[in-house]
Amino acid sequence: MKKIGLLIVILTGVFLIYATADFPRWGDPASPASTHVSPRYIEKSMEETEVPNVVTSVLADYRGYDTMFETTVIFAAGVACFILLRIPGSGGPEERLYRHVPTGITIRVKDARNVPSRLAQFERIDTLWVPHDLIIKTACRILIPFIQLFALYVIAHGHHSPGGGFQGGVILGASIIVMAMSHDLRASIERMGEKVNALLCAAGVFIYAGTGALCLSMGRNFLDYAALAPLLHCDPVMARSYGIFMVEIGVGIAVMATMIRIYDNVSSAGKYDEGL
Amino acid sequence: MSQVISEVLAKYNYWIYITLMMIGLYAMITKNNLVKKIVGMNIFQTAIILYYVSIGSKKGGTIPIIEHGHGAGTHAARAAEYINPLPHVLMLTAIVVSVATLGVALALAIKIYNRYQTLEEDEILSQIRGK
Repeated sequence: MKKIGLLIVILTGVFLIYATADFPRWGDPASPASTHVSPRYIEKSMEETEVPNVVTSVLADYRGYDTMFETTVIFAAGVACFILLRIPGSGGPEERLYRHVPTGITIRVKDARNVPSRLAQFERIDTLWVPHDLIIKTACRILIPFIQLFALYVIAHGHHSPGGGFQGGVILGASIIVMAMSHDLRASIERMGEKVNALLCAAGVFIYAGTGALCLSMGRNFLDYAALAPLLHCDPVMARSYGIFMVEIGVGIAVMATMIRIYDNVSSAGKYDEGL
Repeated sequence: MSQVISEVLAKYNYWIYITLMMIGLYAMITKNNLVKKIVGMNIFQTAIILYYVSIGSKKGGTIPIIEHGHGAGTHAARAAEYINPLPHVLMLTAIVVSVATLGVALALAIKIYNRYQTLEEDEILSQIRGK
């Protein structure tokens, strides 16, 4: 099996390398990919959308449908993780570990379903990961607000610098995931609950599709943001810029919520109790 | 000789991506462990992403953000000065989607492990056939 696989892979690789003889040279300005539609994007972006970052204007305006369904794919992936793994109503494992905070002694409680997670002098810890790491916890607690601030900047400044909804959303999701990794999964779920997360996941896609539907109801095509001009009291070109921003916010929320949801589900195998 | 060298310099990026892609394909075909197959799939995706990004590059071009400082908006943007934004747009979404598909793949792997107590493909197959 290994030999057949190796043979197939080497043959495919040789054929592909042979095919590169017909490829354009690396960095060729006259290559087919750079000659048909992309010059129009670069030359008209400022004029038509007032967005200097061409990647953002192509992403959310010229190819708005594509991005809307990419967001839907991400939403569907989050829902798929949830349906595959989430076990509703399970009370977590019966055996739990509690650490006595003043002395640092850890006790194991068999059948701890009736013991609350928070006690006066005890804190609950994961059964797989026991060490108490003050440095990592403190460093993450200081860093997380700045990570979130930076994420909001990346979303909001996507028109003028590299950034946008996808990147900012991932950073925002990473800040919550860092929380879950440095403390434990329960600490992050306390701050970003499962229901809130599911709601945000759907709300992001809804904001995107809703912006398109709003354009439709104003008498233009779906996702033609120029239709928003009377609502925003500005000219149609500026309305496109604002429309792109609304869509980017939707993408950011959806991506953030989906990343957190996938992490929560996969790391705790659907129990939402003890994670990595 | 110089022609061969210039040909290599113009195409070696594609060869690197093909090598990377074949490593991923080999892992997907021959590895027995399901997580290794998923890692192979991710290597494959990375090769495709690198390939697209390299298609977008232009010699002498800068990042596709139009200069718009004081007085810079007076002259129109020329396409030759900026690299192709389209592959960047496509790969931007593809990266996030690849993370999402990785999550679904890992969720499936967890379900398979819970059912068969193993992630080795041949052991799973023998368990299925044994029943």
